[in-house]
Amino acid sequence: MSQVMTERLLTTSKAISEAIAQEMELDPSVFVMGEDVGVYGGIFGSTTGLFERFGGERVMDTPISETAFIGAATGAALEGMRPIVELMFVDFFGVCMDQIYNHMAKNIYMSGGNLKIPVVLTTAMGGGYSDAAQHSQCLYGLFAHLPGIKIVVPSNAYDAKGLMISAIRDDNPVMYFMHKGIMGLGWMTPLPEAMSHVPEESYSIPFGQAAIKQIGNHVTIVTLGIMVHRAMAAAAELAKEGIQAEVIDLRTLVPLDTDTIVNSVKKTHRLLIVDEDYLSFGMSGEICARVVENALDYLDAPVKRLAVPDVPIPYSRPMEQFVLPNADKIAQAARDLARM
Amino acid sequence: MTKAADSQTLVSLYRKMALIRNYEETMVNIYWEGKTPVFDIAAGTVPGEMHLAAGQEPVAVGVCAHLRDEDTVTAPHRAHHFAIAKGVDLKKMSAEIFGKETGLGHGKGGHMHLFDTAKKFGCSGIIGAGMPIACGAALAAKKMGKDWVAVSFFGEGTANQGSFHESLNLAAVWKLPAVFVCEDNSYAISVPKSKSTSVANNADRAASYGIPGIEVQQNDVMAVYEAAGEAIARARRGEGPTLLEIKTDRYLGHFQGDPELYRDKNEVGHLREHDPIQLLGKHLTDNAILSAGDLAQINQEVANEVSEAIEFARQSPYPKPEDALKHVFV
Repeated sequence: MSQVMTERLLTTSKAISEAIAQEMELDPSVFVMGEDVGVYGGIFGSTTGLFERFGGERVMDTPISETAFIGAATGAALEGMRPIVELMFVDFFGVCMDQIYNHMAKNIYMSGGNLKIPVVLTTAMGGGYSDAAQHSQCLYGLFAHLPGIKIVVPSNAYDAKGLMISAIRDDNPVMYFMHKGIMGLGWMTPLPEAMSHVPEESYSIPFGQAAIKQIGNHVTIVTLGIMVHRAMAAAAELAKEGIQAEVIDLRTLVPLDTDTIVNSVKKTHRLLIVDEDYLSFGMSGEICARVVENALDYLDAPVKRLAVPDVPIPYSRPMEQFVLPNADKIAQAARDLARM
Repeated sequence: MTKAADSQTLVSLYRKMALIRNYEETMVNIYWEGKTPVFDIAAGTVPGEMHLAAGQEPVAVGVCAHLRDEDTVTAPHRAHHFAIAKGVDLKKMSAEIFGKETGLGHGKGGHMHLFDTAKKFGCSGIIGAGMPIACGAALAAKKMGKDWVAVSFFGEGTANQGSFHESLNLAAVWKLPAVFVCEDNSYAISVPKSKSTSVANNADRAASYGIPGIEVQQNDVMAVYEAAGEAIARARRGEGPTLLEIKTDRYLGHFQGDPELYRDKNEVGHLREHDPIQLLGKHLTDNAILSAGDLAQINQEVANEVSEAIEFARQSPYPKPEDALKHVFV
C-alpha cells in the first residue's frame, strides 16, 4: 500500500517552537523563560503556542531583568533543570554579560568539569530593517571568541528544529542565534527560502557539521544564517555566467567544521567568506586563518572577506544597505575571485 | 517565631567557628610562605589573591547551621567561611587553593572559585553574581516541588550592585525559596558603607521589594542563628524570600597584603575585644555547657583537622600543564 507523504512547510519560528515543545513533552526539566515569551509567544516567534500548551509555570515571562533571569537559568541548570532562556536581542548582552560569560560559560571549567550547565540561551540577531546600531548586530563572533559557549546559527527551518533539539539535550551552555530575517515573521521582509519541509517527528542535527548547500568547483563561499540565502541567490547568478560556486552553511561556529571548509578549498582553490558580523577580529578572520593553516598551498587567489566594515550598523536605509553584505556584493566578490 | 539554639547546637556552632578561625589564621601563614622579604603575588605556596574571613564566622555558621546538603549556597570572593560552614570537604578545598590536581576543580578555580556539587556550594569572584544564580536554584527547587532553599551570601558593598536589586525583585515576584544574607563588615575593600550606601541599613531595602528585611546588629552567632532560622523556615514553607543584614567584623585586610590605610590602626584591636568565638566560649562555660577543658579539646581537634587538610594539599600533585585544555565543555 502506498503511503501519501505530506510534507509540511514551516517557518523557522514555528520549527523552533515545535522543537522546544517536543522536548518539553519528553522532559519535564525543560522550561522556557524570558521577556515576552509567554502570551506574546516571543517577540521573534520562537515560543509561539508554548504558553497555551504548557502554561505559565513552564513558559515564564520575566521582568526586564536580564542579569537576574539569565543568572537564574544557570542556577536552575546547576540543579538539574534544562532552561531555555531568551535574550531578546543579542545587542542587549551588555546588561547581563557577567552572567553569560563569567558564570554560564566558565563555571564548568572552573569546577574541573564537575558541573553541568545545560542552558540554551536563545537570542535574535541581524539587521537590514533599519533598527540601527543597538538592535541590528550579529555578534556571534564575539561569543564564539570566548571559550565555554557552543554557538549555533541556523539558516532555515529544518536546521533550526534539529539544532534546537541538540541544543536542549546538550549539557553545556549553548547560544542559539536566530536571524530575524529567517524567522518568517509577518512584519519582516519575506524570505520564503528560509521555510523548509520540517518533519513532525523529532530529529537532531549534530553540532560541528556544516551543510554544503550547493556543490561547485570554482569558488567556495563560506557563510551562515541569513547570508546562506544571499549566497545561494548569488550562486544562481554566477551559474548563469558559468561560475560554479560551492556554498557552505556552517550552522555552528563552536564547534566549527574546519574539515568541510578546508576540503572545499582544496577543491575550488578560492575562498570567499561572507559574514554579517563585523569584519575585524571575527568569524571571517578565523576561517581565513584556519584555511591558511591547513590549505595555504591550495589557494590560487587571496582569500576574500565580505563583512560589515567595522562601523556600527547605521539607521538610514542607503547607509545600512551599503554596509551589509547582499547577493549582488557576494556575486561580484565571487566573480572577481573566480577570474583571478 | 524565632528559636534559640539549644546546648548541643551551640557546641556545634562553636566548633564550626573555631574550625574556620583556625583555617583562616593558618592560611595567613601559608600565604606568606615564599612571599617575603619581597611580596610577589605570583610567588609562594598559594599564589594569587587571598581574601580571608577571620572575625566573620558568625554569619556563615549561624545561617548554614539551618541548611541541609540539598540546599544551595552561593558565596562571594571571600568564601572560605561559607564553604566550611556548608560542609565542603576541607581537604579538597585546601588542595584547590593550593592549585593541586586533587582540588575541588582540579586546580582550575582557586580560592575564589570553589565548587562542591555534593554540598551544593559555589562561589564567584564577581560582586553580586551569586544572587541571580541562587534565584535559579530556588526556582528549580520550586519547580521540582522540593522544600530546598537557596542562600546567597554577599557583602554590604554588593547592595549597590544591579544584580542585588534585580535578584530581590525576581525572588519576590516569583516568591522563591531564597534567603539573601548581606554580610556587613563595614568596608567594600577600602570604602566605608557610609560613603557608598544611601541607607544606613540595607535590610531597609527589602521594603522596596515587598519582602521582610531583618537586621542583626551584633556579630553574635546566636543572634544570627535565630534570625536566619526564621528566614530559612519561611522560605521552606513557600512564603518567599527574606533579606538579612548582619553586622560583622573583618579582622584582616580586604586581601593579604592590604596596607589598610583606610582604617585606624587600633580598630581591629577594639573589634577583637568582642570576638564572637570567645563570646560563645564564655557563654558555654558560664552556663556549664562545656568546661574550659572541653573548649581546649575542641580547639585542638579543629587544629588537627586543619593540619590534615593542609598536609593533604601540600602532598598532592600539581595538575599536568596540558590539563589546562580539558573541561571547557563536559
